[in-house]
Amino acid sequence: MSDVESPLQPDHVGLAHQFEDLDQQQQSDELGIWLFLVTEIMFFGGLFASYAIYRSFYFAAFEGGSHILDARIGAVNTMVLLGSSLTMALSVRSAQTGNRRALVLFLIATMILGGVFLGVKAYEYNQKFVEHVVPGLDWAPQGEVLAHLAPGGVQHAQLYFIFYFAMTGLHAIHMVIGMGLLLWLVLRGRKGSFTPQYFAPVEVVGLYWHFVDIVWIFLFPLLYLIGGRY
Amino acid sequence: MSTATLEPRVHAPRNYLNADYGWKSWLFTLDHKRIALLYLVSITFFFIIGGSFAVLMRIQLVEPQGALVQPETYNKLFTLHGVVMIFFFLIPSIPAVLGNFLVPLMVGARDLAFPKLNLLSWYIYIVGGMFTLYSAIAGGVDTGWTFYTPYSSTYSNTQVTAVAIGVFITGFSSILTGLNFIVTIHKMRAPGLTWFRLPLFIWATYATSIIMVLGTPVLAITIFLLALEHLFHVGIFSPALGGDPLLFQHLFWFYSHPAVYIMILPAMGVVSEIIACFARKRIFGYKIVAFSSVAIAVLGFLVWGHHMFVTGQSVYAGLIFSLLSFLVAIPSAVKVFNWTATLYKGSISFDAPMLYAMGFIGLFTMGGLTGLFLASLATDVHLNGTYFVVAHFHYIMVGGAVMGYLGGIHFWWPKISGRKYPNGWAALAAAIIFIGFNLTFFPQFVLGYLGMPRRYAFYPAEFQFLNVMSSAGATILGVGYLIPLIYLIWSMRYGPVAEPNPWGATGLEWQTPSPPPTENFAEIPVVTEEAYAYDEQEAAHE
Repeated sequence: MSDVESPLQPDHVGLAHQFEDLDQQQQSDELGIWLFLVTEIMFFGGLFASYAIYRSFYFAAFEGGSHILDARIGAVNTMVLLGSSLTMALSVRSAQTGNRRALVLFLIATMILGGVFLGVKAYEYNQKFVEHVVPGLDWAPQGEVLAHLAPGGVQHAQLYFIFYFAMTGLHAIHMVIGMGLLLWLVLRGRKGSFTPQYFAPVEVVGLYWHFVDIVWIFLFPLLYLIGGRY
Repeated sequence: MSTATLEPRVHAPRNYLNADYGWKSWLFTLDHKRIALLYLVSITFFFIIGGSFAVLMRIQLVEPQGALVQPETYNKLFTLHGVVMIFFFLIPSIPAVLGNFLVPLMVGARDLAFPKLNLLSWYIYIVGGMFTLYSAIAGGVDTGWTFYTPYSSTYSNTQVTAVAIGVFITGFSSILTGLNFIVTIHKMRAPGLTWFRLPLFIWATYATSIIMVLGTPVLAITIFLLALEHLFHVGIFSPALGGDPLLFQHLFWFYSHPAVYIMILPAMGVVSEIIACFARKRIFGYKIVAFSSVAIAVLGFLVWGHHMFVTGQSVYAGLIFSLLSFLVAIPSAVKVFNWTATLYKGSISFDAPMLYAMGFIGLFTMGGLTGLFLASLATDVHLNGTYFVVAHFHYIMVGGAVMGYLGGIHFWWPKISGRKYPNGWAALAAAIIFIGFNLTFFPQFVLGYLGMPRRYAFYPAEFQFLNVMSSAGATILGVGYLIPLIYLIWSMRYGPVAEPNPWGATGLEWQTPSPPPTENFAEIPVVTEEAYAYDEQEAAHE
């Protein structure tokens, strides 16, 4: 943030010209990311509200659609993502204590776990094409899949899968953006840009990453666990 | 920049305008004041585009059978007029231009909290604007600015996707601007500048930012679902496929009603500043006026259902929405009464900004009161979908928001440009705009009451007289808008040089040179008095 030069710039690493001191900057950065997360809640909120309405309209169809998904894969992915939240929290901790090596290692671990999650997600998406349950692109459920969907109405099951793809898709896009931010942190962290006094970027990306995890914590039961299957 | 202070090779004092030259110094600037000017130029461009669509519509409606275009084209004209004016002019107008320029100056900061985000928001706005312009060139869009489903998602074969992407993208510009303002107002106020010493423009901008941050993401997801349905022909909002078109309207108005307050609240903030300055008095009931902005922002989120009284929404929901809509009238009326009370026994001078502010109060009052007709369940059944609605929201958006915007531009122009404009011309333009506006839109109240539906390319012959009046008024209004464009541009080069505080106003923005230096203040000011300390100022003179 220090590329804005001003004759008034104090001699502080990481302090942008518009702030008087690092404390004011840190507080602003934190308020900024929390506000951003509020906008994210409203963004996903509209989607969750629409999901809730259609689920109450067409519960049987949503239950049928849910049974096509493999909840075991979803559960494993949930654990993977929770693990990445842990490593992310450890990254922030390492930045605070000024442990550059641990910071970079934990950031990379977070990226690896995020990558595993996205890989599993890609496998699941592929399965949907195999089962022909992709609304708009490949919608022709047959055999056992059709038998699952039929009781609730195949047409309405399409609504379930629209929400499945819209919700997990937007979540995955957020993950990809998060991975990009993590890479940026790794590159800056290796150069030693962060100090125990200045680590706001790590904290901000950390909050974002946790938020994306929390979205998944809601998505998993809403999409995978409809109806008392287990 | 850092070496500039060492070599005094320029005679004119350094300010944000002459700090650097060349297109790169503008397109890559992180200075909130320069970004405000980028917005000023871009929204003026979109205002002219949106205005041209309106001109064509008014020409069309001079004759009952339509004087100019085919009905299909007319549908595209009113759609693009609405989309461009709302998303690309009104919503960014005061916040992105005046807010960007003034928020850091008024709170005594060197810049907004996130200058890069601020520049990014302008680029996002431009990209969104390009998509919308593309859609206009590639055949237009005919759904109305409300994009009601399933027409927009299933049946319309026009450029719905391009416009949807444009509106979706531009929303993020609004979100980032609001976020930047909230953080700046919370964290970057000068020493001594407590919440109740803030200018009311800041309170209004703060309330506006809350709406931008909370409402716009819901519009984004709604547009996203709409585009999904349009592209993949799946039934999210299409009843034929099990979707619910009312859900679209609920989600759409959850943003788009509060969006009305995004347009009007900043204008109210501008008017508070102008009234206090030109009546030489502290605003009557400062705290009440400040909180009324927040109240409007909060209540604004609870009234969206009044757009849906005749759509099959439950009657009981309609009752509640009607009641809540009436509640919004309270903080709105508080403002009007308090401005009027401020004028009482004030030493009033009628410079151009004051004329706009006076115009705002009159027109906003009419727009607000006619809103109550529409918030009443029974009268709304008669008036819904008629020109009465068109007249009502133009009194708020044009009579209110645009008057406030122009008043603000005239009030702060000496600060922005460092030059003064000819006051006589400015007063004349304000009068022409006021007359032209009323002549354009008052007949539409009557037309609507008589039953003329909106969004039609033709109408029964008995409505012609009032329609011709409206079109004649639009011509006068157009001339009124052209005059400031000319003399403001003229003043940048030929206007007399403005002193730091030409109006003798209070507020930190007037305590720094005109135009301000890049870093706003040589030293961060310390605030020791309340806002609008005009009484103390007078006492000091005597």
